[in-house]
Amino acid sequence: MLLIECPWCGERAETEFSYGGEAGITRPADPDALSDAEWADYLFNRSNPRGAHQELWNHAQGCRRWFRVERDTVSYRISASYRLSDGADEGGG
Amino acid sequence: MRKYSVFSLVRNAISHNRKWREAWRSPEPKREYDVIIVGGGGHGLATAYYLAKEHGVRNVAVLEKGWIGGGNTGRNTTIVRSNYLWTEASLLYEHSMKLWEGLSQDLNYNVMFSQRGVYNLGHTLQDMRDIERRVNANRLNGIDAEVVNAEQIAKAIPFINTSPDARYPILGASLQRRAGVARHDAVAWGFARAADARGVDIIEQCEVTGINRDGGKVTGVETTRGTINAPRVGVVVAGNASVVAAMAGLRLPVESHPLQAFVSEPLKPVLDTVVMSNAVHGYISQSDKGELVIGAGIDAYNGYGQRGSFQTIEHTMEAIIELFPVFSRVRMLRQWGGIVDVCPDACPIISRTPVAGLYFNCGWGTGGFKATPGSGWVFAHTIAQDRPHELNAPFDLERFTTGALIDEHGAAAVAH
Repeated sequence: MLLIECPWCGERAETEFSYGGEAGITRPADPDALSDAEWADYLFNRSNPRGAHQELWNHAQGCRRWFRVERDTVSYRISASYRLSDGADEGGG
Repeated sequence: MRKYSVFSLVRNAISHNRKWREAWRSPEPKREYDVIIVGGGGHGLATAYYLAKEHGVRNVAVLEKGWIGGGNTGRNTTIVRSNYLWTEASLLYEHSMKLWEGLSQDLNYNVMFSQRGVYNLGHTLQDMRDIERRVNANRLNGIDAEVVNAEQIAKAIPFINTSPDARYPILGASLQRRAGVARHDAVAWGFARAADARGVDIIEQCEVTGINRDGGKVTGVETTRGTINAPRVGVVVAGNASVVAAMAGLRLPVESHPLQAFVSEPLKPVLDTVVMSNAVHGYISQSDKGELVIGAGIDAYNGYGQRGSFQTIEHTMEAIIELFPVFSRVRMLRQWGGIVDVCPDACPIISRTPVAGLYFNCGWGTGGFKATPGSGWVFAHTIAQDRPHELNAPFDLERFTTGALIDEHGAAAVAH
């Protein structure tokens, strides 16, 4: 089980959180201007890296706030955890 | 290839089993092939086999970074069924089922395919409505399926808890009698041996590190054993699909997750069929060695670590004990994880790509084993003809752009 640090509540067990997928995916400002392929890329394609991964987590059974985590997808080690307001611009999962 | 038969058993017994030949060669990679298959799992080996058998393409290399049978082919819970909801999916899986039914004879290798039936349980009224809908859809597509009630289940499966007082009472199930299990290792070994016999080079300990292209066309691959050229490259690497796609500058609509499975200590025969439950989320069968083989759902997060979380183990065990209280004191012998690549619509991608001569077969998620022969069969066709077979045309990468998804999430009898 992962030990995840919520930027507001501190370290808690993984079971308190729900996973929100890859971070940094911003909804296009003007979807009508996009081709089908660009829209599909936004909607479905993911980087899915083997290694460092920027991802969203929600402290579902705690403060219920979204935040961003940098985690290695092979070792599962979490190297950073920070609030979305600290440099990230997306509005949640 | 020396044919396996009762005579070969006797002959080798007389020589004290010292003269068995290796099942497949371990050749040095050639500089050039007609087709390279990246990934020596069941799907990759089946692709190579059917390329040679159905299309006469024998100058084929299968490149495997580890060893044959070491990946997801040897890590799944061996269930084979074809009771999918949507026509596109059910026809693909049913094609695979028909190949399973003759596979041991075709490969001259006993894959221990056992059509012991699969029960997909329903615990709520809505479950039962979905089951009836799926059973009817299956029958319209010529796939055997029937709805059974709790009484019939209790009669067929002695130790299952069909008490109406259960936390999640069993109301009924769908039953596919032709479904069952096969021995996963034997499937990999059988395809490897049969492909090798038709001239395919199976190259283990050979990891692909790059995909060489020239003007939008694939020219070969870089590997840990040097450059190997080929005008056509088929990639079948399950959980690592995104990693290999990135080598060719492609992005895929898949995410990799750990999926765990377990086996118990061996027991006397207690369960002669396969039981799956979507609602409590577990599935269970008993191997010929007597071990209970148990599987469940993926871990929510992306992962390549081939292991999963303890809470997933706990959840799975809760589900199994809910169904079979009698197993509460059975001890688990082993637990392991494999990495599955999950598509947004829980259906595979068997497709050409924007790079000419590069083909991908991925996105099987949690349910790829059952499709092993069919997947290889249609992928071989796609590579040999440079166009999909009508069975896998709906599973093109393009469907994510056109929106023609095949939504088998939940509908496919078990959550993916």
